Amino acid sequence: MSAASQDVATRNGIFARALIYAVLILFAVYYLLPLYVMVVNSLKPLDEIRQGNMLALPQQWTIAPWLSAWSTAQIGVQPTGLKPYFLNSVMMVVPAVALSTILGALNGYVLTKWRFKGDNIVFGLMLLACFIPFQIVLIPSARILGMTGLAGTITGLVLIHAIYGLGFTTLFFRNYYEAFPTELVRAAQIDGASFFQIFRRILLPSSGPIIVVTVIWQFTNIWNDFLFGSSFSGFNSIPLTVALNNLVNSSTGVKEYNVHFAGAILAALPTLIVYIVSGRYFVRGLMAGAVKG
Amino acid sequence: MSFLKISNLYKNYGQVEILKDINIEIDKGGFLVLVGPSGCGKSTLLNTIAGLEPITSGDIAINGNSVAGLHPSKRDIAMVFQSYALYPNMTVAGNIAFGMEIRGVPKDEREKAIKQVADILQIGHLLDRKPSQLSGGQRQRVAMGRALVRNPQVFLFDEPLSNLDAKLRVDMRTEIKRLHQRMKTTIVYVTHDQIEAMTLATKIAVLKDGLLQQFGTPAEIYNSPANMFVADFMGSPAMNLLSARLEGGEGGLNVVLDRPSDKPLALPIKMANGALGAYSGKEIIFGVRPEALTDPDGADRNAKSLAEGECLIEVVEPAGSDTFAVTKLGGKEVVARLRADAAIHAGQKTRLAFNLDKAVFFDPKSQLRIA
Amino acid sequence: MAELTTTAPRAVTNPRATLQDLLPKIVLAPSFALILIFVYGFIIFTAFLSFSGSKLLPDFSTWVGLNNYVRLFNHPNWITALKNLAIFSVLYIVICSFIGLALAIFLDQKIRGEGFLRPIYLYPMALSFIVTGVAWKWFLDPGIGLEHVMQSWGWESFSFRWIKEGQMAIYTIVIAAVWQSSGFVMAMFLAGLRGVDNEIIKAAQIDGASTLTIYRRIIIPLMRPVFLSAFVVLAHLAIKSYDLVVAMTDGGPGTATWTPALFMQKFTFGRNEMGMGAASAIIMMMMIFAIIVPYLYSELGGKKK
Repeated sequence: MSAASQDVATRNGIFARALIYAVLILFAVYYLLPLYVMVVNSLKPLDEIRQGNMLALPQQWTIAPWLSAWSTAQIGVQPTGLKPYFLNSVMMVVPAVALSTILGALNGYVLTKWRFKGDNIVFGLMLLACFIPFQIVLIPSARILGMTGLAGTITGLVLIHAIYGLGFTTLFFRNYYEAFPTELVRAAQIDGASFFQIFRRILLPSSGPIIVVTVIWQFTNIWNDFLFGSSFSGFNSIPLTVALNNLVNSSTGVKEYNVHFAGAILAALPTLIVYIVSGRYFVRGLMAGAVKG
Repeated sequence: MSFLKISNLYKNYGQVEILKDINIEIDKGGFLVLVGPSGCGKSTLLNTIAGLEPITSGDIAINGNSVAGLHPSKRDIAMVFQSYALYPNMTVAGNIAFGMEIRGVPKDEREKAIKQVADILQIGHLLDRKPSQLSGGQRQRVAMGRALVRNPQVFLFDEPLSNLDAKLRVDMRTEIKRLHQRMKTTIVYVTHDQIEAMTLATKIAVLKDGLLQQFGTPAEIYNSPANMFVADFMGSPAMNLLSARLEGGEGGLNVVLDRPSDKPLALPIKMANGALGAYSGKEIIFGVRPEALTDPDGADRNAKSLAEGECLIEVVEPAGSDTFAVTKLGGKEVVARLRADAAIHAGQKTRLAFNLDKAVFFDPKSQLRIA
Repeated sequence: MAELTTTAPRAVTNPRATLQDLLPKIVLAPSFALILIFVYGFIIFTAFLSFSGSKLLPDFSTWVGLNNYVRLFNHPNWITALKNLAIFSVLYIVICSFIGLALAIFLDQKIRGEGFLRPIYLYPMALSFIVTGVAWKWFLDPGIGLEHVMQSWGWESFSFRWIKEGQMAIYTIVIAAVWQSSGFVMAMFLAGLRGVDNEIIKAAQIDGASTLTIYRRIIIPLMRPVFLSAFVVLAHLAIKSYDLVVAMTDGGPGTATWTPALFMQKFTFGRNEMGMGAASAIIMMMMIFAIIVPYLYSELGGKKK
């Protein structure tokens, strides 16, 4: 596909190509630098960071900051480390992703294969919902959660994340199923398959890629969320991002940079692993979220 | 008694009328072809028969029972789609058996049915493959197998050959015809290809803009087109439709055609019917198929009404089996079909024979055939 | 089978058919209802709040008209937030687009190791803004970060304390935000470049255009839709920017790095000015919709027919 740009490139001089490589490598350094800083300094004793050089490798390697970040660091008033919050995040993310993905798939199926009068308006309203600044729903959401007794619970966060993820999951599945041949659905109808049989037997088996894209997108967004987490979580439901921020920005005590870095990597690890394992799908999700239609 | 009966069928999308007052009946074992240009409503009509789209008013009955309002799976029909619509995640056998599986047919019975259909269509060796591993022709067979296995009262085909290359299309056409002769099932078949329509059908329905233009046997459609649209649409090369005048002359009526750089050509009609008489002295449209306009040596000896005229040949197109010659009459280009070895060349004046038995006449205003 | 279905009276099969007809809508209804309530209902709720005198809790007994909006636009913190949003979004969008396009063009030159470089450019997008904030907060911290490193390498006079300076702190947030998003913009442009019809480029080469001319006159103009998409995505992210600011500066020093999103949070939940908070949220939504609605309209409207 880039054969033509290759043709263009071959006419560049050696110097130009060297320059291009230099720029590309320079930017690679820029993107890797913060990660390098975090990793290196999470393996140093605190003194070495204060007196030494942030870019230098540890002189005395230690995993103590990691252990501290995981299980003993002071977060809020409790010296629990990030472990309980990590578990909170897991318990929040898994059902929220499952719920919004399943509903999104069904919505996409209905909106493309069972079209009805006004379906475009329904889809338009769901699509627009992807883009609202969540600040606008914070106050009423807090109130609803309060009224239903879900304030400060993980269930409440699951609900909120699932609902506000619906727009995107519906968008993903709708666009995917739009390209799915409608004749297959018609053939299955003639074969006597019901609404759910058609979905389960005909569409779902071909939905692998879009399910992966959607799950990754939802997982990344919900895992990385801070706004809802900081607004709606209670003592027992604080997600990891909020706990990390509390750890780093607590005004009391000594700033344990090495522990902060270890904690930040812990918080980033799940999404990073997902990215490394299935970057292709991750990028596809980003694109689908950016370039609609 | 008619087996499939469509009566006073209307279909609207919002304000737009897609199908208007369609009335069609065919007998058991008939092969009905719905033909027309794209957007004429033929596929919509097929979908309403299948029950995939609801009708606005009217009725569709199969074997005397109304099926309008029934779910597609309850109409005892089977359909072959343009894209074949094979379920990509199932094997060929799975595709064929899916409908039976849904209906809860026991496994051994399903396998027997699959085998039977596979034998008919010679796809036994493909049963374990996925659709993506099949060629176009093989997919076509599997799609037909999936329809056959239902043993339905009516088969519906939605442009089943349009995705095949030219040669395969002709082969499959023959195959479908052979299958029809063998199974004796009623078939409704949609195509935009008038040759398919002519070769396959026992009855043809020509549609345009949601209106049924003509419904009849292939011969009726070809020889006595109801209007200028049908005359023009059916047949290749198309029928020549020329502006002409009818004038009274010795022994009956003459068709008078203008010629460039020559005096008008008058062709005497010996077998003029009564209705035509009323048009004496008026403008008409004179329709003559290329094969009814030929070199005098190649003309039909049995024709009752033959007339000859001198024409200036503008272009000669040898096509192997025939030679087509283009001349100008009545202000339009006219295609004549001559013998392959007819000795003519462009720029030459030659005598052409008009077989007026086969000629048809249209009213220029209503565009309807003058019966 | 045939016997059975054709002789079955229509009345028996009809109710089943109608249930099947309704099923799709029944399936869609809960999601749509949730969206209607939780998005559009809540927007209306917030709009009402913004005209009320609510302080700590929603209070619909006192109506203040546009007073909250008047107070909002007379409040120095909101003005700071708007200024910061202007600086932040302009720089963020321009720099991200520039870096993204440049990297995409460079990567598209049949680069060895593209498969290695591309994921490196893109991975920050997978991180939480909080993680990004922590990394950059300490890396730019004068006490231990970049300044400290340079000085320890012998450049004693090196000074980089933007993050502590009210005038400059917003730019450190730009640096971190660009770090996070520019790789993604690169991916968008790369996809755009790979979609350019080869024959157009070949035709231009035959016309004798130089590489530079081909990019300047043909390829980059063809990237117009990508520029538009990138603009919409980045503007949307900029207006919503909250997490990164909280993690890096928490609005400080003082109120120097407040953004509208931060303002909304602090006034609603910190200062018990719910009416003003709601007003600020409404303004944010109007800003986003001013960008998104025309975009969606053209994207979807253009596709339909």
